[in-house]
Amino acid sequence: MRALEVDQLDVDLGGRPVLRDICLHLDRGELVGLLGPNGAGKTTLLRAILALTRTRAGRVLVEGKPSRPGRSEIGYVPQRHEFTWDFPISVEHAVMSGRTGRLGLLRRPGVADWRAVGDALDRVHLTELRRRPVGELSGGQRQRVLVARALALAPRILLLDEPFTGLDMPTQELLGQLFTSLAGEDHAVLMTTHDLVAAVDTCTRLVLLNGRIIADGHPADLQDAELWTKTFGVSETSPLLKLVRAT
Amino acid sequence: MSITDFLTDLLNPDLAFLPKALAIAVMSSIVCGVVGCYVVLRGMAFIGDAVAHAVFPGIAVAFVLQGSLVLGGAVAGVATALLIAIFAQNRRVKEDSIIGVFLVGAFALGIVIISQAPGYAGSLQQFLFGSITGIPDRDLYLVGGAGLVILGLVLALHKEFVAVCLDREMSRSMGLAVFWLDIVLYVLVTLAVVISLQTIGNILVLALLITPAAAARLLTDRLGVMMLLAPVIGGASATVGLYLSWSYDTPVGGTIVLVATAIFLAAWLIAPRHGLLTKRWRRPSGQEPTDVTRPMPLSDLAHPQDPSLPVR
Repeated sequence: MRALEVDQLDVDLGGRPVLRDICLHLDRGELVGLLGPNGAGKTTLLRAILALTRTRAGRVLVEGKPSRPGRSEIGYVPQRHEFTWDFPISVEHAVMSGRTGRLGLLRRPGVADWRAVGDALDRVHLTELRRRPVGELSGGQRQRVLVARALALAPRILLLDEPFTGLDMPTQELLGQLFTSLAGEDHAVLMTTHDLVAAVDTCTRLVLLNGRIIADGHPADLQDAELWTKTFGVSETSPLLKLVRAT
Repeated sequence: MSITDFLTDLLNPDLAFLPKALAIAVMSSIVCGVVGCYVVLRGMAFIGDAVAHAVFPGIAVAFVLQGSLVLGGAVAGVATALLIAIFAQNRRVKEDSIIGVFLVGAFALGIVIISQAPGYAGSLQQFLFGSITGIPDRDLYLVGGAGLVILGLVLALHKEFVAVCLDREMSRSMGLAVFWLDIVLYVLVTLAVVISLQTIGNILVLALLITPAAAARLLTDRLGVMMLLAPVIGGASATVGLYLSWSYDTPVGGTIVLVATAIFLAAWLIAPRHGLLTKRWRRPSGQEPTDVTRPMPLSDLAHPQDPSLPVR
């Protein structure tokens, strides 16, 4: 059984077609990069997988069952700007907030919940900073808080939205290593990114998206310049293509 | 007037309205302080303002029909909060515009309604600026009961409110009913406003919601501490404000708000970590703790920071 299976998915937003005929699958142990220009529908695809947006056609299966909000098989890491970083909350409580849905109404976190949070913090190397207010963290640390919050549910699939955006190279590298090792621990990881270099470097598979899926394969198999010009709508002389050839 | 005189007046049976006013002012400022923490942290001060104005037509109707002002205000406020939440789903007009429309519309409706009542000018002033006289015993119980219900709901839904406040997208993906949690929060803000109207008045009630919570935010980086400090600041403002108002014969709502504002300014100047003067004093003495201001390395995965340093 596939960890994630997207089958002939169509999504409209505000009456306009955004995604058409999306077929995508993900197995455990894979780290898949979803690449495409702004407006290609990357975030929409993640939201459709999470059943946060209405789909026009097709289906999304998570571990063989239809996706719906609140399923703990999927850990979601939204873009960093979605989070209210000036909120007076410590790192460990921010990570615990990821378990709010699982806890349910009127229940307070118990020993098992704190253990899950502790494990997640360990996993992203934030244990030392667990009592620090989230507002005092750097960009890379904030990204790791969001990853830990997703991991606090012990999910089997991780969806990451633009985890590298706005981070410097060393921080990207460390995060890339973290995602690689999470995939190595039998997670299925899907991340959207604008960062071609980081994607080619870390991902086991790349999916090129622009409304529909243009290509899906190992980075080494995506050398054809036409795929990239088609996806990003750039000319033959674009520096992007030089980058693709160089990698 | 000395404090002893104030206490004597509080116990004087001829001045029975005074302890009642004090009880209502303190109860409502405690409730407003707690609920105000969400309002301040979510940046929904404008919604608080809208709701405060929106209760006016309900109060006007209750006044014309000789009904309970608290009840009338609550019905109108909740109705407006629901309308705002529903209309805000339409993305073509932004939420602040929707709020602006209903805020002024509701207030205008209140003015038209109350103009139908004979001798409305005096009562209008009472609604707008608050009063400590003429509080029926019934309202005392109503405010106490409503306050307990509000605080109970806050306690029950606290972790959901925090999750939605932190990250709406993530909350939706966890399966939380974000829309309904918003509605409940709007209704709680409305009820907190309504029970405070009597003493503070319609115009100034926003201060009870925002000022103590904002002052508390300046004093701490911990939500739990903030939610304890805000009602303490609110309750103290109400008590001191009422005492000053009684001593110097100043309007009670305005005096309470001025006391709260003074506390906010003091917090802004001398807050332990972020206060304006605190920083200035600390710098020359060279005692600024390094853990606070040290720039954090972007990549500390390989070099975790020293955990032994106290964070605050």
